[in-house]
Amino acid sequence: MATRTIGSGSTAVTQDMLRRALEGRKVNVINPLVALTLLISLLASLAILVVLLWDVVAKSMPVWQERGWSVITNDLSPRPEETGMVQGIFGSVMLTVVVVILSFPLGVAAAIYLEEYARDTRLTRILVANIRNLAGVPSIVYGLLGLTVFVKLILEGMVGQLSGRTLIAGGMTLSMLVLAIMVITTQEALRAVPMALREASYGVGATPWQTIRHHVLPVASPAIFTGSVLTLARAFGESAPLLLAGAVLSTFFAAPEGTPITSLVMSEKYTALPIIIYNWSRQPQTEYIALTAAAIVALLVILLVVNAGTILARDALERRRIR
Amino acid sequence: MSTRMELASTVVEDAVSPGPSAGLAGSAGSSAIFEIQDLNVYYRDFHAVTDTSLNIYQNEITALIGPSGCGKSTVLRCLNRMNDLIDGARVEGRVTYHGIDLYGSSVDPVEVRRRVGMVFQKPNPFPKSIYENIVFGPRVAGWKGNFDDLVEETLVRAALWDEVKDKLENSAFDLSGGQQQRLCIARAIATSPDVVLMDEPCSALDPIATYRIETLMRELKKQYTIVVVTHNMQQAARVSDRTAFFSVDVGEEGQRTGRLVEYDMTDRVFTAPSMKETEDYITGRFG
Repeated sequence: MATRTIGSGSTAVTQDMLRRALEGRKVNVINPLVALTLLISLLASLAILVVLLWDVVAKSMPVWQERGWSVITNDLSPRPEETGMVQGIFGSVMLTVVVVILSFPLGVAAAIYLEEYARDTRLTRILVANIRNLAGVPSIVYGLLGLTVFVKLILEGMVGQLSGRTLIAGGMTLSMLVLAIMVITTQEALRAVPMALREASYGVGATPWQTIRHHVLPVASPAIFTGSVLTLARAFGESAPLLLAGAVLSTFFAAPEGTPITSLVMSEKYTALPIIIYNWSRQPQTEYIALTAAAIVALLVILLVVNAGTILARDALERRRIR
Repeated sequence: MSTRMELASTVVEDAVSPGPSAGLAGSAGSSAIFEIQDLNVYYRDFHAVTDTSLNIYQNEITALIGPSGCGKSTVLRCLNRMNDLIDGARVEGRVTYHGIDLYGSSVDPVEVRRRVGMVFQKPNPFPKSIYENIVFGPRVAGWKGNFDDLVEETLVRAALWDEVKDKLENSAFDLSGGQQQRLCIARAIATSPDVVLMDEPCSALDPIATYRIETLMRELKKQYTIVVVTHNMQQAARVSDRTAFFSVDVGEEGQRTGRLVEYDMTDRVFTAPSMKETEDYITGRFG
């Protein structure tokens, strides 16, 4: 007999039947359709990004060709042919420094408390849920918070500054904006550290802080680091809160010729790159179309460089750590 | 419930009274390191272990055996307050260590764990060098001395020195699973503990690595007291002096509660168990 019987009883099948079942290609419409839809979604989002990049780069080309680096290095000026964005870049960098100083230690500390110390009670769960809600609050709301609390109440009311719309107030506002996200990303990083590592440390008689300091944080730090930089990138590109809580230096409020760039930190006259983009885009003169595009390119390049640097630094960190 | 408590206490008395290996039991009778009385452990609403009483004796290997979910690991983790790390864990009853109430309000769990070391089911070395794995415990305990000597001495005692002496700065993750587990044992004894708790130390290892760990355990019991949880009954029979058999009661709503059935000298438990349940389990007729 050529056919062999496989199995026994009522479920017995011949080898031919088995072969047909194994080789039989049933017409499957769903699977390729799903794959195709997913691919189209991916390509669509990529295409939008490419068009956007192409648009700003192309529009900004005349400025780069005519003005060269002076678009970057010049101060703001009411005359479009002379204006530049160095004050904005400086302001954005200084804002980011303030945000790092305020939100990084606060956010990481809060996350360590929630993940490593706080007992899993109803109160903790309510807290965590609300931190997640805070991360979703629109940035303009934080601008209002910055205006009422930092500008009016603290700097003008308590410190007694004539105008509280300083870079410090702007930085504090942005810090509040990213704090919740900072807490969440750090929490995720800490949660990814295996419990077995903590048990090993407690098992040899380490205190909670020794465990966190020597074992949990070193393992979690690359993820905390990456998350923080991506969070800071968000603060770097924010404009709405700054419109409310400061950044009054614009095309019309140019700092007097020769103002040292550092004095922009403490005085009320500072600006940030996103604010420059916002202001230039509202100007009627046609020169500003190319200038706006150039400022967007500058913002994107800075963000891309920082993000790429972060990834490289994280990889270096992970390689140094013994796995 | 009262009958069960009586049962537990009579079983404990049995264990203390001279059994088949009378010399051992007799010498150990006065040196109970841990005394567990009426222990009940809860994880939130879940009653994990009920009314367990047993004593752990110095320089012996005590094996805790039983089916999954019988609470043997839970009991083990009460001995160095490792259950404190679990949210919602609650311990009732009395656990004394050299006569001191381990759950007394002024007891610092960190100090307990420096004296009662632990080895876990899955080898979990620190993601650091072999050297760092050994010195971490003594260092955080504020130990002052020659760390190089300590590392050598500890690794020799853990029967790992010859294999790793030329690569102390290498990552602990470069070692094989069995070597990692011996490193974890070395790490546990580096702080010169009194007791070493082992939670299924060989369940992730092959038979040869298991054999080496068992040999090591027999060597270590000269200096330390060892309590080992194991799924492997042959292992309990091979290495332990006393065996506690736990079983699990399934409640009406499917909740599983562990209970101590029998505690006695190991050869008695395996050759002439006093409880039918024990006999069924060790002969493979369980469940």
